[in-house]
Parts: sequence; C-alpha cells; structure tokens
Amino acid sequence: MSSLSAKPTPSGATDASARPPAAVANDIRTSAPAASGTHSAPVAADHLYLVVVGHVDHGKSTLIGRLLFDTNSVAEGKTERIQAACKAEGMEFEYAFLMDALLEEQAQNITMDTTRVPFCTPRRAFTIIDAPGHKEFLKNMITGAASADAAILIVDAHEGLREQTRRHGYLLSLLGLKQVVVAVNKMDLVNYDEKVFDRIRAELTEFLGKLNVRPAHFVPIAAKFGHGLLRADGQTPWYRGPALLEALEQFRSTPPIEGAPLRFTVQDIYRFDARRIVAGLVETGHIAVGDPIEFHPGGKRSKVKSIETWPVPGTPAPGPVVAGRSVAITLEDELFVERGQIGAAPNATPSEAREFTARVFWLHAEPLRVGDTLPLRLGTQQADARLVAVSRVLDAVTLDTSSAPANEVKRHEVAELRLRVRRPIAFDAGGKIPALGRFVLMRGRRIAGGGVIDAALIEEDAQSENLPVTTAARASLLGHRGAVIWLTGLSGAGKSTLSTALEQRLFRAGVLPVVLDGDVLRAGLCQGLGFSPEDRKENIRRAAESALLLAEAGAVVITALISPFREDRQLVASRCKARNIPFAEIFVNAPLSECERRDPKQLYQRARAGQIPKFTGIDSPYEAPLAPTLELRTDLESVSQSLDKLTALALTMARPPEPGVAAGADI
Amino acid sequence: MSHLDELESQSIYLLREAYHNFEKPGMLWSMGKDSNVLIWLAKKAFCGHVPFPIVHVDTTYEFPEMLEFRTWAREHYGLDLIVWINEEARARGIGYETTDPVTVTHELKSVALQQVLGAHKFDALITGIRRDEDSTRAKERYFSPRNAEFEWDYKDQPPEFWNHFTTDVGPGEHVRVQPLLDWTEIDIWRYLERENVPLPGMYFSRNGRRYRSLGCWPITKDIASNATTINDIVEELKVTRTSERAGRAQDHHERNAMQKLRAKGFM
Repeated sequence: MSSLSAKPTPSGATDASARPPAAVANDIRTSAPAASGTHSAPVAADHLYLVVVGHVDHGKSTLIGRLLFDTNSVAEGKTERIQAACKAEGMEFEYAFLMDALLEEQAQNITMDTTRVPFCTPRRAFTIIDAPGHKEFLKNMITGAASADAAILIVDAHEGLREQTRRHGYLLSLLGLKQVVVAVNKMDLVNYDEKVFDRIRAELTEFLGKLNVRPAHFVPIAAKFGHGLLRADGQTPWYRGPALLEALEQFRSTPPIEGAPLRFTVQDIYRFDARRIVAGLVETGHIAVGDPIEFHPGGKRSKVKSIETWPVPGTPAPGPVVAGRSVAITLEDELFVERGQIGAAPNATPSEAREFTARVFWLHAEPLRVGDTLPLRLGTQQADARLVAVSRVLDAVTLDTSSAPANEVKRHEVAELRLRVRRPIAFDAGGKIPALGRFVLMRGRRIAGGGVIDAALIEEDAQSENLPVTTAARASLLGHRGAVIWLTGLSGAGKSTLSTALEQRLFRAGVLPVVLDGDVLRAGLCQGLGFSPEDRKENIRRAAESALLLAEAGAVVITALISPFREDRQLVASRCKARNIPFAEIFVNAPLSECERRDPKQLYQRARAGQIPKFTGIDSPYEAPLAPTLELRTDLESVSQSLDKLTALALTMARPPEPGVAAGADI
Repeated sequence: MSHLDELESQSIYLLREAYHNFEKPGMLWSMGKDSNVLIWLAKKAFCGHVPFPIVHVDTTYEFPEMLEFRTWAREHYGLDLIVWINEEARARGIGYETTDPVTVTHELKSVALQQVLGAHKFDALITGIRRDEDSTRAKERYFSPRNAEFEWDYKDQPPEFWNHFTTDVGPGEHVRVQPLLDWTEIDIWRYLERENVPLPGMYFSRNGRRYRSLGCWPITKDIASNATTINDIVEELKVTRTSERAGRAQDHHERNAMQKLRAKGFM
C-alpha cells in the first residue's frame, strides 16, 4: 500500500508527492498503519518513570550506575573508557560516573542536574530520573520527581536518616507520589546487620507515616557491589522481601484516575480556515462527538461537533478520546472559548474562586512575602495572585510547624498559605484531580515555587445585586483590611520620615496606604485652628475622624501628628474600637535634646526665640504614651530598624480576618 | 493508551505551547528520522498545517540523497523552508578537508544557526533532540533557554514541572523547545512504522550496510546491517550496545567534545 498518495495534504497533494524519488523510503513496510493504541510492543506498553531521591552521598548515582551496568544498559566501551580515566587519575572505579555526564560532575563527584536514562529488564521498561541531593539543587529534584510514577528513597545504613532524607520524603508526599520503595544502602559498612536495618526501617516508617507515604518495601542493598539489586544473593539471609529490581517491577505506571469527570485544558484556538478549532489536553475523563461540554471559568455550554484528526480526517472514528490525549475539537455553537479555560462535563464542573488555601514549596532565592503579587499558572490559566497570608511555615525536616503566622516563605521552605487571584480561576481542590489542583508561581521568567490547592474560600455571594458594601466586602476586594497606625512624638522625632517610608513599604507589599500629616491637615482641613488646648483637641478630633473614614474605606492610615495629649489619643483609640478598626499607638521617641539638635524645620530655634508660642516640649507639655503598641527609639536605632518593626506590625494589622471568624479590633 | 500514544500527546502539547507562547518560533529540520517525526507531529498538532518556518542548516556536506529528500518533502508537506549556509565560514575555507570536525561542526552548524536566528529573529527553536542520544542531552529541559551568546547554562537550569515551562525570553535570547526529549531511538522507529512516515532511504540496508544516524558525509559512517524494514531495525537495536551517534565523528574527537559543542550552542 502506498501511503503517500493516500494521504491528503493541506497544501494539496502534488505530482511530486504521488511519485516519490528513490531517496524516499515509504513502501518498505508491509503493514498498513495500525490504529493507535493497538500496535505497541509489550516492552513499551508499561513504561515506568522512576525517581531516585535521598541525602547527598547516600549513593543515588552509584545505585543507578550499577543498575544500568547490571542490566546491560551501558553503551559498549563506556565502562572501559571510564575505567581507564579513573586509573589514569589514580581513582577507584565509580559506577556513578556512568551517570554523571558533565565535566564538573565528574570533577566534584556530585550530580548537577536531573538526568533521565532509560533501561530495560526482561519484564518492563524504565526511565530513571536522577535527582541530585545537594540542597541548592532542590529545583532539579522537584523537576525530576514531579513527572515520576514511583520513587526510590535511598538511605545510607551507616549514616541513617539525614536532613534531605526527610525533606525529600516530605516533597514526595506533596508531589503526590504514592509508590515508594526504600533502599537501605551501604549495608556492607554495617556488616549486613539486621538490627541497623530494622532501626532505620522503624524510624523512616514513622516519619513517612505522618505524611501518608507508605513504602511498599524496605530493601537492604550494597549498590557498589550489586548486593540486593537484581535478586537475593545470600548477603542478608534474614531478609525475606524482594530484591530492589523485583520491587520496582511490581509498580504500575500511574494510571489515569478512574471515573473522573471530563477536564479538557484549552491550549489555543486555531482559525486555519473559517472554523474555530479548540486545541488542548484531555486531563481526565473522555471526550466524544456529541458530548455536552461546559467551559470554566464562565460556564458557557455547547456540544462537541467534531474531533479533528490528521492525516486522515475523522479517524479514529469510534470510541471517545481518553485521558492523556492531546486533541482538537470544534463546537456546535459559536462560543467565545479561550486559552486557559477548562472544558468539563456539565454535571461535574470544577470550582471557580478567587481565593484559596494551598500548600506551597518555595524554590526562589528571594522569599515569597505577604503582599507579593506574582503570576500564577494552573493548567493553561494564568492570573496574578497575591499572597494574602501565611498560616504557617512547616519545617520539612522535623515536621514542626511554627505556630505564629509568618510574613514570608524562604527558599526550600514549605508553607500553608492563602492566595488571591485577580480574577476567578477554575480548579479542582483537595487532590481530587491532581492536574487541576496544582499550580506554579512565577518570579521573573522562572518558576519560583509550586503548590497544591487545599480548599476554595467561597466568598459570600459577591455577585448579588442587593449585597451591601460592608467593611468585609471591601477587605475582600482589596485583600486586606483598613487600620489606623497613629504615630505620636515630639516635633523632629521622625514621624514624617517613618510615615512616608512605611507608606512606600506597604504600597510595595500590595497594601493601600494613606499618610495623614499634621502640617498638611493644618493647611487644609484644620485651617484656622491654633495651638490652644481646645484647638489642639479639635485638630486631633478632625484628624481622627478622617482616619476612621479612610480606614473604613479599606486603607491603612498612617498619621504623623505630634498629638501631645494622652486623653486625645485615648479618644481616637476608643473611636476606632467602637468602629471595629484595628488601632495602634506608635511612640516615635527621641529625647528633646536630640529633636532640638535635628530641628529639620528650624521650629525649635524659632520657639526658643519666642517666635512660636506654646510649642510642644518648650512651653507646652508632651504626655508620653503609657503603654504604646510599639515604641521606636529613633535616637538609638536606625530608620530601617524602626521601619522593619513598623512594617511587620502594619502587615499583621492589615491581614484580613479568617473567614467566619469575627474581626477583633485589638492588636 | 500505549506508550507511543503518551509520547505523541506529550509532544503535541509541547508544540502547541511553543506556538502559543512565542512570537516567532522556527523548527529545525535535518531530514533525519527524528526531525521527520517532528514535522509529522506538527502536522498532527496543527490539524494538517505547519504554522511556522522550517529551518535546514545546510553544511554543504549533505548527502545528495538527503537533498533529494528535502526537495520532495518540502513540496509534499507544503513547508515554509529556510535553507541557511554559513557562507562566510565556507569563504574562509572552513571545511572537513582543512579543519578538525569539532571546529567544522561549530562553524557550519552552531554559528550558522546563530546567523539564521539573528536574520529571522526567532525567539524559539524547536529541535528534535532526545535524552537517550547523549548524556548531556539527558540533562535537558523541554523548554531550555539560551542567552544572547547562544550559551546553555547547564549549571543553573530553570525548574520545569507539571507542564509549566520557561516561556519568556529577554532581548537576543531564545528558547530551545525539545518535544522529543522523552523518546528513545526505538520509540522513534516504532512510531515511524506505526504512522508510515516517509523517510530517507539511507536508513535501510543496501548491500549489507545502512546509516543509523545521518550527518555530514565526510564524518558519518555507515554500519554493517541487513535491516531492510523498520522491524529489522528495531530487532537490531534491541541487542546493540553501541551508541546511536558512534558513527558521528565530531562527538568523539576529544573527551567531552559534545559537552563543549552544546555549551556553545550546538543542538
């Protein structure tokens, strides 16, 4: 059968294509092209992607090199070349060198990047993903492990559990890897002692159990000598389980999720001709001509009109397109479908929300901070997401959680947090459909972290027309609540400097700040007020009422007023409390002598000369706060030290209340 | 779903991501078996179209039969084909007759690639490299950034997981998109067979010899083989322990030649 002349080409089959020259081999195969899915040989049918993780120097590369060597998977001559190179450098032969390709790796004796190497046993095909153990290379380990079907966690019998043993164990659980075998390596160094093996097994079983990771087997091995890899070889007569390779052969390549509803990720819309072709990936479920399909976010509904195929249109005709396939469809209705949407079965659609809780691992050198806005990618959706709050940072080594909410997640940390996206996105939370419940966060051009959505935070029906615009609704829109940060202190103590700097910091953190400066107020709103105790009181009252209005509108208000009288400030605090607005009194404290020395506006000079009557500190008293929320000694600490304390306090105050928990005004 | 179906769907996904995310992608084509699979997958991904230019970096040391195949396939597939030769290097006398193979490969392939990329302002190059070809390629990403000097920063590759890739480039930079990374040599042959993809005849045995990998004629050696069908080739590959690129002289000119070539921009 001549396949060429039978194939339609979009440009139109030409005479040249009907009679290919001798240089084109197309008729040497005797069989017609097989229907997809029926022609693969047994070896290729069940292909297992395997990641090897564990602490640095516990023997990952040696194990892989030895597995390749023992299964005859090393190219001819490579072993001999490496043997010769080792001999020339006076080194012992290392099986690890069979894996380590790059010059630096061989020089430093460490693996630098994820490597994938295929090998076969008579029973199945494997691809090994070697993920390095060096701490700074965690991104490579994630890159490798995220696409694996199963994992070998390797532990040095002599050293026992180490930091990365635990960290990698935690990440396997976060990545959803369920098929795990533990290789207890270097058993030769502990004389193949059963007690050592049992101790490691008990310790690791307990640790992994907390993470819901249950290893199928613990296998004692000595990778360097090949013991315990292919079959039982008498070194560990007390061990009754399978050899490592036998254990691996029992794993399955990750099957599609049974019974899951359709999730079709839209990658693009093609208009090569008059039709709109929707191209994408069937993540779960299946898709067939005539099926109803609903696109989220949005919920527009249509039916599948055709499934586009090439080279022969309309093939494979019978049967639906199954999970894992890339597909192109047309719809019966002229819908505006776009990249990022998810086609779903109308009776089982994904969640749509703007805010959710998630567990995130962070890979970027620059920490993820509360208030940061970063592009989030989930499936083919992309939307800017803001970190609203970090509920807790988890120590992946000890599994201890810091009880206090944190303001940032550092590199290699894992955290539970709340994210808010600019517009609603569609997803499946809680691990029901893993592919649509996980996302990455970008920093610059790089993937900076990844996460799994635990739960959507459903807003009160924000779409309802009769919904009153409450303080909570405003907080939901802005992603933070309003607050009043009241700076008090002598003229020249540093209130204006700190208020302006804090305003900039908060703005960068995605918070809406407003500064109310005493001089500005006196020039406008409080024009005509003097410096008598009554006028000062009225001045503060007007400033306080302005702050309340702005804070209720959602802003974080920073006031910079001398506000010398305790009673006036107490009045502001009680007004805020009554209106449920977080309030903090900040004592910006520098001794009078220091303020006079600074005298940025030459006010002290003029007051001393008798040109300004009733000047606070000179001939009018300043009543220092008795119990300020925060005292900043600007004569003793630097501006940035004061600012750090102030920023941390302000962000905590602005953090929105947990849903369902009544907002408390006290800090 | 079979393993080949999985590979096919993954490659199509990658091709569609490349087409969507880049302004000016181009696809490299050597007329060899892998790059013919690449064109086949593009036709499938884009419903019978190849919606970007195809680039052949012509070293001027191409086998005549391969050029014949190029002419035929260009018309058969309706390709927007760009043929690029580093004329400047040829004018300087760079060639296998005068120069070592690593230098020639660098000049006539890597530098030529740099020239065509600059001339056409490509921000992504889709290539047909596979992880099992070479141990440095085994460490590659599906979307692998190259800086303006064409260098591959293999010490600090970007993370890549859950179908999310590096898709932004700075001025002068580009991304190598590598949809066949996970395919093995046997996968390629099984797929060529299953799909009946047209191929250059040089891969099949004539008078007891055939080519396993095709490059420049002065430095590409054929192997002893009686394989006249793809089935024969697959059976042959199952028992061989010789590497695929053993017949490509530039890889073996010196220790780590391939790493050095690749760090400087070779595919």
